[in-house]
Amino acid sequence: MATEYETSADYIQHHLTNLTYGRFPEGHWGFAHGQEDINAMGFWAINVDTMFWSLSLGLVFLAIFSWAAKKAKPGVPGGLQNFCEYAVEFVENNVAQVFGTRPNPIIGPLSLTILIWVFLMNLMDLVPVDWIPHAAALAGIPYMKVVSTTDPNATLGMSISVFLLVLYYNFKIKGPIAFGKALVTHPVPHWSMYWFNFILEMVDMLAKPLSHGLRLFGNLYAGEMIFILIALLPFYAQWLLSLPWAIFHILIICLQAFVFMILTIVYLTQAHETEEH
Amino acid sequence: MNINLTILGQAISFAFFVLFCMKYVWPPLTSILRERREAIIEGLEKAAQAEKELEKANDAAGQELEQAKKQSAELISQARSRASQLEEEAKDRAKEEAARIIAGAQGQIDQEVSRAREELRAKVGALAVQGAEKILGAAVDRSAHENMLKKLAEEL
Repeated sequence: MATEYETSADYIQHHLTNLTYGRFPEGHWGFAHGQEDINAMGFWAINVDTMFWSLSLGLVFLAIFSWAAKKAKPGVPGGLQNFCEYAVEFVENNVAQVFGTRPNPIIGPLSLTILIWVFLMNLMDLVPVDWIPHAAALAGIPYMKVVSTTDPNATLGMSISVFLLVLYYNFKIKGPIAFGKALVTHPVPHWSMYWFNFILEMVDMLAKPLSHGLRLFGNLYAGEMIFILIALLPFYAQWLLSLPWAIFHILIICLQAFVFMILTIVYLTQAHETEEH
Repeated sequence: MNINLTILGQAISFAFFVLFCMKYVWPPLTSILRERREAIIEGLEKAAQAEKELEKANDAAGQELEQAKKQSAELISQARSRASQLEEEAKDRAKEEAARIIAGAQGQIDQEVSRAREELRAKVGALAVQGAEKILGAAVDRSAHENMLKKLAEEL
């Protein structure tokens, strides 16, 4: 596939570029043609491929699970039904282990959504790297990044949403005074060090959503990068590397979806803990 | 790699997905799981109970069988002893009957013999007298020789 591109660097660059629709500096809106355009657009642009794939996969997730929810009966479940129920039970158990049995209407469905949605987005990484971009190119679409989780916008979008929820629960459960007090009295509980504690707590707090989102992004981006590098090999040798890497990657995509979910549960649990530590 | 509006779009769609999941996916599935868990617990309890009952029933059946066996053995031995008793009785009766018949026959025979003897005696007396008459050529006085004739008849 690399033959259509002038150099391997071009090929890699192409596969790592999103299909971006945004506002050019001159004021009109349109699709970007290359990285320079994207850089020029800045914040006022949207990655159409990321949005398309993540929304589609999210709808697939909701379709499957709402079908299962509608069909659910206490009798013996069938194949897909069983899978959905197993996933729900798995999430429920993890929530019960970390978060405990505090009543919270959102943590369960939130974790389930994260687990399945992130897994489905990661799963697109196992589709051979050239199939969909090539088909898109034939249809006249210049760029097509299939794996939404290799776009930091997607992962940070989720992790920041989780962070906002964490802030909300911090205020709701601890109250603004206790929450503010917790920000300045740790780790050194002396009034003269409150400014220092505050800086530390702020760093700690802001690092959470960043590391949360970038961990998923980094893992998937690196995995995708290796698939792209393998795709540069001659076609008869690719399977030698892509097969073991794909098999290994099955583990990574599940694990990263699971890690993202568990961290979400952990952060929300911390937001609910009122006792001094 | 650029942060742009996509981050907002992602956050918004994420929020909608979670809301949808909260409303239409999570509650029915978790409640069904709970129901099934309870149904399974109930089923297992029932199975354990049924097993216990089965064991009890098996025990009872075994006891019943044992008792029936004992009873039948008893009946058989009773029947056997009764049969042998009947046999003995029949044998005894047959023996008695046979003895009785034999005794009757013997009596009859004796009677016949004694009658024949009597007859013979009487006839011998007469015959002897006739013979003597012929030999002597004269009539023997029966009354004169009554004693001798009697002796003779008794010797027979």
